[in-house]
Amino acid sequence: MALVNVIPAVPLETRLAALEQTSLLRFMTCGSVDDGKSTLIGRLLYDSKMIFDDQLAALEEDSKRFGTRGGAIDFALLVDGLAAEREQGITIDVAYRYFATGKRKFIVADTPGHEQYTRNMVTGASTADAAVILVDARQGVVTQTRRHSYLIALVGIRSVVLAVNKMDLVDFSQAVFDKIVADYQAFGEKIGLASFLAIPISALEGDNVTRCSASTPWYDGPTLLSHLESLTIADRKQSLDFRFWVQWVNRAGPDFRGFAGTVSSGKVKRGDTVRLAPSGRISSVTRILGPDGDLDEAAADQSVTLTLAHEIDVARGDLLSTPDASPGLSDQFEVTLVWMADRPMLPGRSYWLKIGTRTVSAIVTDLKYVVNVNTLEHTAAKTLELNGIGICNIGLGQAVPFDAYADNHETGGFILIDRMTNATVGAGMILFALRRSQNIHWQSVDIDRAARAGLKHQKPAILWFTGLSGAGKSTIANLVEKRLHIAGKHTYMLDGDNVRHGLNRDLGFTDADRVENIRRIGEVAKLMVDAGLIVMVSFISPFRSERRMARELVAPGEFIEIYVNTPLALAESRDPKGLYKRARRGEIKNFTGIDSPYEPPEEPEIALDTSRLSAEEAAHTVIAKLIEFGIVAAV
Amino acid sequence: MSTMTHLQQLEAEAIHVMREVVAECAHPVMLYSIGKDSSVMLHLAMKAFHPAKPPFPLLHVDTTWKFREMIAFRDATAKRLGLDLIVHVNQEGVAQGVSPFTHGSSLHTEIMKTAALKQALDKYGFDAAFGGARRDEEKSRAKERIFSFRAAGHRWDPRQQRPELWRLYNTKIGKGESIRVFPLSNWTELDVWQYIYMQAIPVVPLYFAKPRQVVERDGMLIMVDDHRLPLEPGEVPQMHKVRFRTLGCYPLTGAIESDAETVGDIVEEMLTTHLSERQGRVIDFDATASMEKKKRDGYF
Repeated sequence: MALVNVIPAVPLETRLAALEQTSLLRFMTCGSVDDGKSTLIGRLLYDSKMIFDDQLAALEEDSKRFGTRGGAIDFALLVDGLAAEREQGITIDVAYRYFATGKRKFIVADTPGHEQYTRNMVTGASTADAAVILVDARQGVVTQTRRHSYLIALVGIRSVVLAVNKMDLVDFSQAVFDKIVADYQAFGEKIGLASFLAIPISALEGDNVTRCSASTPWYDGPTLLSHLESLTIADRKQSLDFRFWVQWVNRAGPDFRGFAGTVSSGKVKRGDTVRLAPSGRISSVTRILGPDGDLDEAAADQSVTLTLAHEIDVARGDLLSTPDASPGLSDQFEVTLVWMADRPMLPGRSYWLKIGTRTVSAIVTDLKYVVNVNTLEHTAAKTLELNGIGICNIGLGQAVPFDAYADNHETGGFILIDRMTNATVGAGMILFALRRSQNIHWQSVDIDRAARAGLKHQKPAILWFTGLSGAGKSTIANLVEKRLHIAGKHTYMLDGDNVRHGLNRDLGFTDADRVENIRRIGEVAKLMVDAGLIVMVSFISPFRSERRMARELVAPGEFIEIYVNTPLALAESRDPKGLYKRARRGEIKNFTGIDSPYEPPEEPEIALDTSRLSAEEAAHTVIAKLIEFGIVAAV
Repeated sequence: MSTMTHLQQLEAEAIHVMREVVAECAHPVMLYSIGKDSSVMLHLAMKAFHPAKPPFPLLHVDTTWKFREMIAFRDATAKRLGLDLIVHVNQEGVAQGVSPFTHGSSLHTEIMKTAALKQALDKYGFDAAFGGARRDEEKSRAKERIFSFRAAGHRWDPRQQRPELWRLYNTKIGKGESIRVFPLSNWTELDVWQYIYMQAIPVVPLYFAKPRQVVERDGMLIMVDDHRLPLEPGEVPQMHKVRFRTLGCYPLTGAIESDAETVGDIVEEMLTTHLSERQGRVIDFDATASMEKKKRDGYF
């Protein structure tokens, strides 16, 4: 079974040739804290002779110090890698392990069982071909089992093994085993996990893990290892339609332009006609460069470089497909979203979305409901918290080629990236495109913003005043508007009073509502810029990401961020509307500067220190800057 | 249906990772440590960008205590492949006379390797650095991502790693931050040798057994590579037929007795060995969680 047992009498070349034919299986293990996952992996490594003598010596040493088996070898310690884990006796992250038999090499993603680490489970599952779900024979199917199984079904792993562990502790009872299998079957049907193989094992003793157990004469199925050795995995991906994300354009010389990437699904032959998305252009494949030279054909998972017959415009993020079954193209989707960050997902906030090799801006427009993975109940929610799973509508800054995740993981799965921290905050799976994105097309009209602005002899722009309540934003903005108006410029002022009382009167002051508030103001300001106006926006707008979102709605140079900088103490001492006093008394919740944060601009176009400048001086500074930026001529 | 072998899959994954970095990062560099893993990584880079050359330089952090054959091999390899090679030495360390003998193995590694690496990355402003580390080498590596995010100051926080889903790698970073990228994450030592065998990749001759001058210290065979190795009273270098499983600073790298003179012999030896490759590394023995601690401080 193990590599060492390959018969040494066979010539080396023959043995190496056999080794070169081994395939690869990636699988994950999951279960709750004490189901014995680590022990199972330790057992697989040990029995396939993947543990070296010095590692074994270290393990014996560790078992005496940290072990939970009274000094006997604790296989779990082999896998619990980080020092913090060994001290706490828990697994805190996905760990990858490797072992091989004569037939196959295995990559095991060991994912923790604690509730708070759904994130890691989904991560491990996204690259796994198979999943081994452990249950403790004494406990049966528990909440964690259901949670993990739901996630596995959600991510779309098709080969599932239910390993009923610790059979030695229930006297290898068939009745216990059958009951657990029946329970699991009933649950599996509810979540669309149609088929699975159940195996009674003892990871500690090795029963039915690598050797058939004499204690389970009633079980005539394969051992866990022989089952994992014989699973077929490659066929499905190759039978899907051809998809290829262009990853990098290779311009090796004046005569060579190749498109490097990894085949997502299906296969492509030299001479095949291919369609490029989103442009829709058609060409044919002239060369397929593989790692060892030219190929006639490339299939799913191969990293190759393609050359095309025509000189068409191809860039990173484009998707090549077969022309008779090409992907959809949309900028609005209904998706399943798994949230992976401590800061909750707020509808309306802008994120980066990466699908394939394409990254675009994205906004969750609507959180329809969240799924309780323990009960499968749907509940309404305004935000998606860490480890939450929600069904959402999502809108993108531009249309992307896609397939439904159920049809193709590589063209239907995406990640969301926080624009401020750059952290990966969400994993999503496309359910379908929303029809309205196909129905609503921007009217292409001849009278454009340049024409409208030209008529007014001005350059449209947004002057975005941000700062604490009482900083003097509206006062300064009013003075600026008067100066511009006198100079014959067409302006409009959007401020809290005229927007909060009308367009945004349904919004309160929670973080989620503040985000939506600013989104709407940004959109209105954008329309006004389109109409050729110079728009003054005067809002506290405390979050950088929303101000950035507003900035990105218009062309570069059209967004002027004006930071009205006033120390909190000064703003509070002015307190023209008495709001700070009420906030301090607790009568107003979520008041910026008191119990809600203000994130100052990092690089505002204009910064005004109103502890030094009078309102008139500040307005003068703004006008001078506008002249400098070329927004207006001399005023 | 054609099925890729496990080596073909690992090869494709590594190539995909390298192209992703080149497509998304502004200033990538490849850490070239001259060992077998670096040789495989470099070989894969030549394939990934063929017919173009890899669009990044190689960087070697020279502790000044590497085997002489490593340095010769390094220079010959860069020349053979026509690649830019940057060699960085921590000159402050040299000025202070840092060596494994005067400062101990930990401090020597900290100053001449970890600090030197940070110096070099900062000096050239590299935002992504390929390394040849594998997850099977050591327990704390098993949990590291392929794209390992480093905060300003090159710190690694195992609790703040970015999840890696499907083939989607998040390469976005802020000012002063960087990414270490490990294309060989999923390779094992045996995979590396098998691949070297199949692809006939040149490696430093120190991996092959031949009679060499060694002294035995603390149960390890240390090669007398030059006159700087201080001999203890009564210590006489002996000729032993030895080879190395990993290569580092010669006073810190233990040789093993072996008859493996070819790559094929090495693969065969791998199939029957009972000891892991890191048993020859002095620096790993310092403390149980030694590697994790070094990584948090910025070690590769």
